[in-house]
Amino acid sequence: MSQVSTIDWQIATVRSIHVESPRVKLFTLELPAETPFRAGQHFDVRLTASDGYQAQRSYSVSSSPEPAPNPTSIEFAVELIADGEVSSYFHEAVEVGDQIEIRGPIGGHFTWSPIAAKPVMMIAGGSGIAPIMSMIRHRSNADVIKKTPMLLMFSARTEADMLFAAELESIAVNDPDFHLIVALTRSEEVASGNRPFRHLRRIDGPMIESALSNLATHPSRSYICGGSSFVEAMANHLLDLGIPNNSIRTERFGP
Amino acid sequence: MINNKFFGRKRAEPARPIPPGQYLEDGFPVLSAGPTQRVDKATWNFSIEIGDDTVGTWTWDALNALPQTDLHTDLHCVTKWSKQDTDWRGVTIDALLADAGVQPPAGFVMASSDGGYTTNVPSADVIDGKGLLVHTYDGEPLEAEHGGPVRLLIPHLYLWKSAKWIRSLKFMDKDEPGFWERYGYHMYGDPWREQRYTND
Repeated sequence: MSQVSTIDWQIATVRSIHVESPRVKLFTLELPAETPFRAGQHFDVRLTASDGYQAQRSYSVSSSPEPAPNPTSIEFAVELIADGEVSSYFHEAVEVGDQIEIRGPIGGHFTWSPIAAKPVMMIAGGSGIAPIMSMIRHRSNADVIKKTPMLLMFSARTEADMLFAAELESIAVNDPDFHLIVALTRSEEVASGNRPFRHLRRIDGPMIESALSNLATHPSRSYICGGSSFVEAMANHLLDLGIPNNSIRTERFGP
Repeated sequence: MINNKFFGRKRAEPARPIPPGQYLEDGFPVLSAGPTQRVDKATWNFSIEIGDDTVGTWTWDALNALPQTDLHTDLHCVTKWSKQDTDWRGVTIDALLADAGVQPPAGFVMASSDGGYTTNVPSADVIDGKGLLVHTYDGEPLEAEHGGPVRLLIPHLYLWKSAKWIRSLKFMDKDEPGFWERYGYHMYGDPWREQRYTND
């Protein structure tokens, strides 16, 4: 695996921009060549100002690796960060048709493919849903008789901040082996309608323990993605519940 | 390629230059591939192996009994942040090798940690004061999420080479990829040459 050639910079073209939440926009980039990737991997983005100044950031792909093996576009979620020079460029300046330098795919530990039927657990905080969304979509596209049992615990500030809400709820309603638990941390009450998956508090140990009862066995693997302190807290909850250390994979962003 | 509408933010001039593609970070981000390891100082030990031979093993107390070195340095993480002016205290790999009574071997080193993490570097990059086992950051015991009680620190390479929760260094004749290196990260990882990924 270490024998692969250089990961070259390539010029991608912005094909669509979607306002997904008050603070997150989804960008679909068309790649200049077919680029296989695995669900959970990320790409690096490089911006260059006219004075030569450059900034690079990493963004997880939220789209599915399909059509396998050679997708020609990727979607990623950009959260607007206070004073974020790259995120503010994406939110305020980028338009459809603009070109962006990217390279990837990168990373390989925080990836999942539906080869094993053993249950998996996902815990996402905010825009940490992005690489997990790629895995969920990959699972939905998998050509298998019985899909891998999957539990997603998703923490967001409010209903409006919950990315991919309609898509996730549709899967949860239609797929008996996909279990969705949502924790809204800054919401006074459930917005509207019959929302059976909602908790109005942070994800804690008892909530995880109860959610795990949706799976027939302990998850064979758990994926946690989100801000640093969120991931730290969630990983500690899992360890406290007896989930083996080496079955937990994490991806952390932000200070 | 120039991004016409990109100007960068008003940037404070760093105290010293930072490597290409990096930005200055005031905080101390935590990036780990798995959970923070729970390491008990009472049972912790650290070993140096040369080939198949263990040439030295140190407990927490034994490590602290060795000559201590203070290091003021900058950090560079492959995820693009750099942090300047950090202060560390620990024991040089030179001091550990001297305590074991062995000469620094040529070749390469594989660092191994609690939780199964590994990373590889040339031997030359951990000797002559370039590599330390550190237990103190900014005058305080190193926090678990930053690799405490003891992590490796090789600050002239990207920070993934500075293995958290360090348990052993194995000197070996041939280079082998560690954890991230097997996933396509660079075998050496010099931030000044922007060696992020394989063959950069």
